[in-house]
Amino acid sequence: MITSPASVPAPSISPSKRAWQRFRRNRLGYGSLLIFCLLVVLSLFAEVLSNDKPLVVSYQGQLYFPLAKDYSEKTFNGDFDTPADYLDPFIQSKLTQDGNWAVYPPNPYGPRTINYFAKAPNPSAPSGDNLFGTDDRGRDLLAQLIYGFRLSVLFGLALTVIGVLMGVVAGAIQGYAGGKTDLVGQRFIEIWGSMPELYLLIIFSAVFAPSVALLLLLLSLFGWMGLSDYVRAEFLRNRQMDYVRAAKALGVSNLQIMWRHILPNSLTPVVTFLPFRMSAAILALTSLDFLGLGVPPGTPSLGELLSQGKANIDAWWISLSTFAVLVITLLLLTFMGDALRDALDPRKADR
Amino acid sequence: MSRPLLEVKDLRVSFAGKEVVRGIDFSMAPGEKLALVGESGSGKTVTALSLLRLVQDASISGQAFFEARGGSAGEPADLLSLPERALRGIRGRDIAMIFQEPMTALNPLFTVGDQIAEVLQLKEGLAQSASVQQAIKLLASTGIPEPERRANSFPHQLSGGQRQRAMIAMALACRPRLLLADEPTTALDVTLRGQILALLGDLQRQNGMAVLLITHDLNLVRRFADRVAVMENGHIVEQGAVAEVFARPQHPYTQKLMDSKPVRDVVEAGNAAIPSLPLMRASQLRVAYPTAIPGVKGWFKSGEFVAVRNASFSIPPGRTLGIVGESGSGKSTLALASLGLLKFSGQLQAAGQSWSRQAAGNKAIRKVVQVVFQDPFSSLSPRMTVEALVEEGLRVHEPLLGLEERRRRVEQALADVGMGERQFPGLLRRYPHEFSGGQRQRLAIARVLIINPGLLVLDEPTSALDVTIQKQVLGLLQRLQRERGLSYLLITHDMDVIRAMAHEVMVMKDGEIVESGSVFDVLDAPSHAYTQTLVAQS
Repeated sequence: MITSPASVPAPSISPSKRAWQRFRRNRLGYGSLLIFCLLVVLSLFAEVLSNDKPLVVSYQGQLYFPLAKDYSEKTFNGDFDTPADYLDPFIQSKLTQDGNWAVYPPNPYGPRTINYFAKAPNPSAPSGDNLFGTDDRGRDLLAQLIYGFRLSVLFGLALTVIGVLMGVVAGAIQGYAGGKTDLVGQRFIEIWGSMPELYLLIIFSAVFAPSVALLLLLLSLFGWMGLSDYVRAEFLRNRQMDYVRAAKALGVSNLQIMWRHILPNSLTPVVTFLPFRMSAAILALTSLDFLGLGVPPGTPSLGELLSQGKANIDAWWISLSTFAVLVITLLLLTFMGDALRDALDPRKADR
Repeated sequence: MSRPLLEVKDLRVSFAGKEVVRGIDFSMAPGEKLALVGESGSGKTVTALSLLRLVQDASISGQAFFEARGGSAGEPADLLSLPERALRGIRGRDIAMIFQEPMTALNPLFTVGDQIAEVLQLKEGLAQSASVQQAIKLLASTGIPEPERRANSFPHQLSGGQRQRAMIAMALACRPRLLLADEPTTALDVTLRGQILALLGDLQRQNGMAVLLITHDLNLVRRFADRVAVMENGHIVEQGAVAEVFARPQHPYTQKLMDSKPVRDVVEAGNAAIPSLPLMRASQLRVAYPTAIPGVKGWFKSGEFVAVRNASFSIPPGRTLGIVGESGSGKSTLALASLGLLKFSGQLQAAGQSWSRQAAGNKAIRKVVQVVFQDPFSSLSPRMTVEALVEEGLRVHEPLLGLEERRRRVEQALADVGMGERQFPGLLRRYPHEFSGGQRQRLAIARVLIINPGLLVLDEPTSALDVTIQKQVLGLLQRLQRERGLSYLLITHDMDVIRAMAHEVMVMKDGEIVESGSVFDVLDAPSHAYTQTLVAQS
């Protein structure tokens, strides 16, 4: 009567855990994930890595923390009551005399710091002062890249999360309800999708003051549609399954069925597309910045750097380093996406 | 005895280091009908496919000597070591194969006639027009009506039985010496199975070819084969003449297989007092699906396809109503309607209430009427643990239950279906994919038992399971009925299951109930012609 216990293997792992193990076995993808996470975490501490203010100053026996607090020049026996410019040779000499000392970040420039004391005209080539050179306004390129990378990644992440949430909700409702709801939703997506996104952005950037939040809002309005189609298709397929019927017969409410039964089984395309969506979001931000429609002027951004590189074609260090950062970011994301897709593909053998 | 047509020696097949066929030997004489019997996963299909080296990513070892037509001086060739070119010559011409599912084995983009003609052009070198003529002749020989018209049909335009006939015509196009038939009738309705089998038998006699029949159905073996080989876990555990093996099975596994016919073990209606109120009562039930009307008319209204009409029945407590019929007869639709999952018209009462629009009313009925589906692989959500699956009903119907009590009830329900922590350590945290078909079906039953329903709708509960497992699951259902007084609405196409389980039977055909009555009356003295064929086939 009772089936033999030997027929069931001992270890018990959930499907998502198994996918994770398969992902880990893909060395390229897993390595990309590790490197990408490391880069993101490092860029989150950009203020400590690249800043025009020293981390700690010991001046006349007293400790100062310029990162946390602004000190006026007078604090260090300067002439004016303005915030201290720590790149000023005068202040620097004060900070190195008489046993005073200051610990600077590895790269002593902030994203908006203009090096007024550069030895070469702007844009200046890489040198001991500016490792990656400066841009056409004399700002340090390395600092710009670090802050620009951080902005791009955080923006991409935010756009992806918002797009996924909206897409999943819209797709789930259409797919689960089917019929007229689906019909109306699909037509709405068709109309909404045929709006000229770029013109809308130009119009809005003319009407409103450009800001990162506005850009995020505008791009989110259009970023959910591709995903919602996949989720809708998955829901349409899964709602026919016997386990959904069985749950219905059990009296489980529609919301519960969507949440507990169908959604976990419909997330494969969502997860697979995450890295690709993120790289698309980063690219979108970069291209808008390149066109001057993106983040407000003065914000460090990869796209703006690219357009500078175009304007100063002989300043090869601008375009080359920006290009390299972009390529590496997108490549890491693509490798991760490929590995994820393989890990979640049920047809691939479990090796 | 003449030289064998096919002699297989120590055949081993393994996938990525896992051996599925573990050294089997058998031989076939010309014109012999050998049946390879076993449960799913026993390696029988892989055996057949590996003879033609059609399995992908497998390493095959051993020898299979086959006497090909006009081979080099009649010397038998080893199929497993033959160069690919030579083997291609043998495939289709000397050894042909028919598959279980004709819908997927035929290319949907070509007409049936073209596909048969292609074989003739490739293998026999016939010209275009001659091959088409020959294809029509072949189709006619398989008993397809209007073969000229059917030759120009695409696979989807044929019925299941006609598709299988076309497959047979294609396989026999070059008069092969050996036909590998992999579950040729499993996908067909019961009434068609006999016809296809008879056709295979006729053609086998006419052409004098040998047939290797791969099946799990012992009835087929008994009626068709000369010899039988029983496979278990990649080994042939017993082989011999059919009559011999069926009369005196030697190996315990063979005995278990022979003994797997479901046994009737239910509380008979007999002279017991008629139980009070029926749990479910339906009268004049009618279910229709909308269909698309072609042309401009279809823009404004849709037609309808009536799947069930005039269905009336009642199920008293502790009794089983069996519904028999072939695919498309409306029996599954009837099941879904009685679960309130489809719109219907007519009267349907369960537990004294009718299905209503108010969710609260429905919830009361849902507590009483529950369902177990056919395919245990799709009826459990693959991303939920056993505990989450089984306790779901409690969350809905007894939401105030404490955590401790809920877990106790889950364990109780699992114990009721014979699954416990002892056999499956960490049972509650496991996922459905770790269980076999029969175990999953037990889980599905535990899932509904936990809310103590009165009526279970069983939609082909065992037809996806192996015969020995089927017997176990049916035994479990019978025990639950005895112990708890459950009622069943049992939907099946398998007369053996009906005979073992049902008290009352309804026979459905094309959406209508053609005959109903107590199980003994209907099965022993069927009055409707359709019921008579059904009973005769089993």
